[in-house]
Amino acid sequence: MLGAARRQLGSGPMLGQVLQRLRPAAATNAARGYSAAAKEMTVRDALNSALDEEMSADPSVFLMGEEVGEYQGAYKITKGLLDKYGPDRVLDTPITEAGFTGIGVGAAYQGLRPVVEFMTFNFSMQAIDHIINSAAKSNYMSAGQISVPIVFRGPNGAAAGVGAQHSQCYAAWYAHVPGLKVLTPYSAEDARGLLKAAIRDPDPVIFLENELLYGESFPVSAEVLDSSFCLPIGKAKIEREGKDVTITAFSKMVGYALQAAEILSKEGISAEVINLRSIRPLDRAAINASVRKTNRLVTVEEGFPQHGVGAEICMSVVEECFEYLDAPVERIAGADVPMPYAANIERMAVPQVDDIVRAAKRACYRAVPMAATA
Amino acid sequence: MAAASFTTAKFLAPVAARSGGDRAPPLPAIGAASARPRRGAQKTRLRTALAVSSDVLAGNKVVQAAAGHLAVTREEALELYEDMVLGRVFEDMCAQMYYRGKMFGFVHLYNGQEAVSTGFIKLLNQADCVVSTYRDHVHALSKGVPARSVMAELFGKATGCCRGQGGSMHMFSAPHNLLGGFAFIGEGIPVATGAAFAAKYRHEVLKQSSPKGLDVTLAFFGDGTCNNGQFFECLNMAQLWKLPIVFVVENNLWAIGVSHLRATSDPEIWKKGPAFGMPGVHVDGMGVLKVREVAKEAIGRARRDEGPTLVECETYRFRGHSLADPDELRRPDEKSHYAASDPITALKNYIIEKNLATESELKSIEKKIEDVVEEAVEFADASPHPPRSQLLENVFADPKGFGIGPDGKYRCEDPKFTQGTAQV
Repeated sequence: MLGAARRQLGSGPMLGQVLQRLRPAAATNAARGYSAAAKEMTVRDALNSALDEEMSADPSVFLMGEEVGEYQGAYKITKGLLDKYGPDRVLDTPITEAGFTGIGVGAAYQGLRPVVEFMTFNFSMQAIDHIINSAAKSNYMSAGQISVPIVFRGPNGAAAGVGAQHSQCYAAWYAHVPGLKVLTPYSAEDARGLLKAAIRDPDPVIFLENELLYGESFPVSAEVLDSSFCLPIGKAKIEREGKDVTITAFSKMVGYALQAAEILSKEGISAEVINLRSIRPLDRAAINASVRKTNRLVTVEEGFPQHGVGAEICMSVVEECFEYLDAPVERIAGADVPMPYAANIERMAVPQVDDIVRAAKRACYRAVPMAATA
Repeated sequence: MAAASFTTAKFLAPVAARSGGDRAPPLPAIGAASARPRRGAQKTRLRTALAVSSDVLAGNKVVQAAAGHLAVTREEALELYEDMVLGRVFEDMCAQMYYRGKMFGFVHLYNGQEAVSTGFIKLLNQADCVVSTYRDHVHALSKGVPARSVMAELFGKATGCCRGQGGSMHMFSAPHNLLGGFAFIGEGIPVATGAAFAAKYRHEVLKQSSPKGLDVTLAFFGDGTCNNGQFFECLNMAQLWKLPIVFVVENNLWAIGVSHLRATSDPEIWKKGPAFGMPGVHVDGMGVLKVREVAKEAIGRARRDEGPTLVECETYRFRGHSLADPDELRRPDEKSHYAASDPITALKNYIIEKNLATESELKSIEKKIEDVVEEAVEFADASPHPPRSQLLENVFADPKGFGIGPDGKYRCEDPKFTQGTAQV
């Protein structure tokens, strides 16, 4: 978790010291949430084990996607599954997103439970007609006769140096559509619980992972490792409790928000970090309850700012608890440009921890510079 | 596998008997007098490509002797006749209702193409699937969806097959395995391929086998779709995984106002099957008995797990693309040429000629169908509109998808849940 952040943050001496201090603190933070946090698991292993267990429990679950079989998965998420379940249940598809996504939808119409992998969600745009028009809308158009128990999963958002066509975040796009459920796991516990819930869910689920989180390890309790472990869809998690400002985030940004919260706490600001986990349906209740407590809100997302997740959260708060706000809602998002390639400007195009810290301070009316000086 | 034995020569050699007697005189050159540029070679090819067939059907003697003995009993013939008349009368009634304002939006009628729907779908079982396009009313009727359900759906009433939520272009019926009703060109093809995949998966992985063989899926689509990427992607995957599907092209020569010849580099669609290793067959889509013979073989292949088939049915729609289409671009002589091969008239003549039934028996079938369609209209008229609370229903199969409310309970359990959208 910190390794990725360090790469992005640059090398100012002040930040370096902060990071040194953060390391043990962050580990304690993570451990605080679990009673017996003995075992650690990477997000990759969490996803793999979730797929394995669901395929073993229900023979109608099958995987399809490019390189999911013999290559063991483009990011090794489906490692070992071809050997275990055979080519009838782990299908290497030709490079035909529109075609194989539609095939998955048709199979789901007939009661199977496909898990379709997009090598990255950027490629889902080739298949977006099927995701929206034949998957999301079908239960409605058929008045409940045809449900579509399908999961579309894959890495979403920015990686490192992969350029404009491989770095877009699709959370806002898919969360816009009624008929889809959109999940964004952060930790290994999220990955396991939400993927299992997604596979068991009778509706189409967009499961947005993050490539840079795959290798990160998180502590997992015995409950999480149990094969019946499942997280509810539509409930956010309070990763860190606080009373001065609420910070909402999802996916990789949760890690950044937690780091920001640590920095803020050293300066006397107690930040509450909400891991959204579910973008659609959004846990408006949790967000609003938190804002009623702290009276200040910072939304963090990696994607493009206009019409993004933060805009929806802001509106939800205005609708439900406007009187509780003591400051305008702060929105941190990626830069409104296609992702550049050069490492230094790529860093500027994605939110960094100090962006979150500055926004939280602005929400708390502390005097801070408006823009980054990196 | 049959693929190895296909050669170009076999494909281009017409099966003589099928292009013979019982078909109307050769088509006048399409658009010959128009200023639109066309390649001369194509003109000739479309005229003579009446009955070319793949290797698969070459050995089928029944098919080759088309003008002679066609295996259809009296019962079968009457069933086919009744189904086609139902399709025609229903669509004519739709036009009437549309102009009276009872039906609205986009309505695409199937007049003239009944032979394809009846010829194929009447051979299917309940467990077999049909996937269609926006021109789906008659596919729904042939598959067994009651006329009153389809009519009520078109009127937007709560008693429609999709409770008024789908409409003309989105007919779904789970009990009849009618999987839609898709507005986007080519969208139904991958869905159909997926349904075929599920049939094979059920057989091979879930070990739910039926003594009848694999459940078959039919994908219906038009000539315009055959230039779309998804079509080719699915031809590839269906053959690669040997899926029990029949790709049925309803080539009515026009995609709204664009003639097939203006849009397609090689207009002979059946040839695209062998390019992917599956049989490609061309059949006269105005003759229900011919369509049925080809359909029997193609569906049989799929059921026996021999893989997919591409069937091109040359047919014609007597009305415009939709009820909003002024239909000014098609030449009158082309329209009258195909009107002369009306599939219902052709079957009627055949039945009477072969003494399978009398004229009065056929008339009584027509009367019965008219009553059915009238009753369907009355039913639809009398049915209620969907209640307000229906707006938010059926978005998810699992309604918990609407999330968790402030009291910690699922929002859908709140009695006020359907009273307005701001709370959702």
